[in-house]
Amino acid sequence: MRSRVSWFVVAAALLAACGSSPSTAASSPSPTPSPTLSGNISVFAAASLTASFTALGTSFQAANPGVTVKFNYAGTPTLVTQIEQGAPADVFASADTANMDKMTADGFTAGASLVFAHNQLEIVVAPGNPKGITGLADLAKSGVLYITEGPTVPAGKYALQALKAAGVTVTPKSLETSVTAVISKIELGEADAGIVYTTDVTAAGSKVAGVPIPAAQNVIATYPIVVLKGTTNAAAAYAFTSYVVSVTGQSTLTSFGFLPAT
Amino acid sequence: MRRERVPIIVAALAAIGAAFFILPLLGLVVRSPWGDAVKALTAPETIEALKLSLFASLSATAVGLVLGVPLAWVYARVEFPGRDVLRALTTLPMVLPPVVGGIALLLAFGRRGLFGSWLDTTFGITLPFTTAGVVMAETFVAMPFLILTVEAGLRSMDRRYEEAARTLGASRWRVFTRVTLPLIGPSLFAGAALCWARALGEFGATITFAGNFPGVTQTMPLAVYLQLETNQESSFILSLVLLLISLVVLIGLRDRWLGSA
Repeated sequence: MRSRVSWFVVAAALLAACGSSPSTAASSPSPTPSPTLSGNISVFAAASLTASFTALGTSFQAANPGVTVKFNYAGTPTLVTQIEQGAPADVFASADTANMDKMTADGFTAGASLVFAHNQLEIVVAPGNPKGITGLADLAKSGVLYITEGPTVPAGKYALQALKAAGVTVTPKSLETSVTAVISKIELGEADAGIVYTTDVTAAGSKVAGVPIPAAQNVIATYPIVVLKGTTNAAAAYAFTSYVVSVTGQSTLTSFGFLPAT
Repeated sequence: MRRERVPIIVAALAAIGAAFFILPLLGLVVRSPWGDAVKALTAPETIEALKLSLFASLSATAVGLVLGVPLAWVYARVEFPGRDVLRALTTLPMVLPPVVGGIALLLAFGRRGLFGSWLDTTFGITLPFTTAGVVMAETFVAMPFLILTVEAGLRSMDRRYEEAARTLGASRWRVFTRVTLPLIGPSLFAGAALCWARALGEFGATITFAGNFPGVTQTMPLAVYLQLETNQESSFILSLVLLLISLVVLIGLRDRWLGSA
């Protein structure tokens, strides 16, 4: 217990020294790699972070050659279940604050979580937008096969909020378990439209196209990250979360289409 | 029969082997909130998923009987080149990861699939995200169990009864319905029951090919998986229901499937 507390103090001090408080996100310079870091950490990250976190992991390992970062990507509620059932995780990156609050309330987190990115929603369609979808209202048109994420997946919850804000009522054909599942069904041509994050459309490249949702109807998703109480490598885990909120980490995230944390 | 003395090492390993299977089941039984069982079982989502599961798995068994029995008959009675390869292809889903089966189904019967795009443009029929898609996914995964069981039954039956009936002037159809089918009745029943139980438990191919929507494509296993994230106690109870059904089927079939002891 003592060592865990002291690691948190060290990490907090490191962040403070870099000029940012732990509860807000950072505009701090990249933390200098510590030569003492070693071992493995396993990062449980929301499915929508797959491409960006894989890139972050690669550059983090390059800066800290002694550390191996392993990722487990899934829909946020799946990750929460896995962590609560004892899966060995050091860091948890959630696609919403509700699931993070749940982890904190249930006593699985060590210290406060950091907001590291924001994201917004976009309609995903096939390349060339063959159904001519221009906004959320078009999802309810007949002949448009619309799918979304289940309401427990953050993106699915946000999609419901956006549809409500737009005053659109539409019954999806399927409630998929993650944003990546929705994207793949659009890529395969099995569905015409879905609501996903802007970053997912960016990541899928030319295989799909995006239709923007106006700001008045859009939902801004907040991504918090935290070191978990059960971590067996607190030093490396805190180094990773600091890296994600550092200037280097933030520029990687924005290159994948995320909105900066601050 | 003389009772054989069991070497201690064999007994110990066998006990560990048995515990490996029994402990997870025990975990489910112990951790299930029995007080909430009735509430979980009568929740509208559960009833909906249960109804859909029963309908889809029974339909898959019916399709399996109509298409699988002729296939088994061909395998058992007709010599033709490539029979073993064909049998391997048609029973592949027994060992294939079901998600792979679901992807294969999408590529064949999806809206842009080899055959599915023709179905869509010609008849306007699309199978993914429909209950028919669930039945297809379940049939794909479960029918091989029926084919192999019925083929084994056809091979082991005494064909002299068929020959006798033929010499007495019965038509081939009459021989098949009055002699062959009754003789392979136990295999037919066992094959259908195994097929049904496997269809009832199908998850991977269903969620991949048919998606997940309550009342249309959300079967019991999908409901269990999703409730694990929202309502764990309820998912434990639903798991137990599926477990009990499987156990009843296996115990009921022990003589026919494993051969009588």
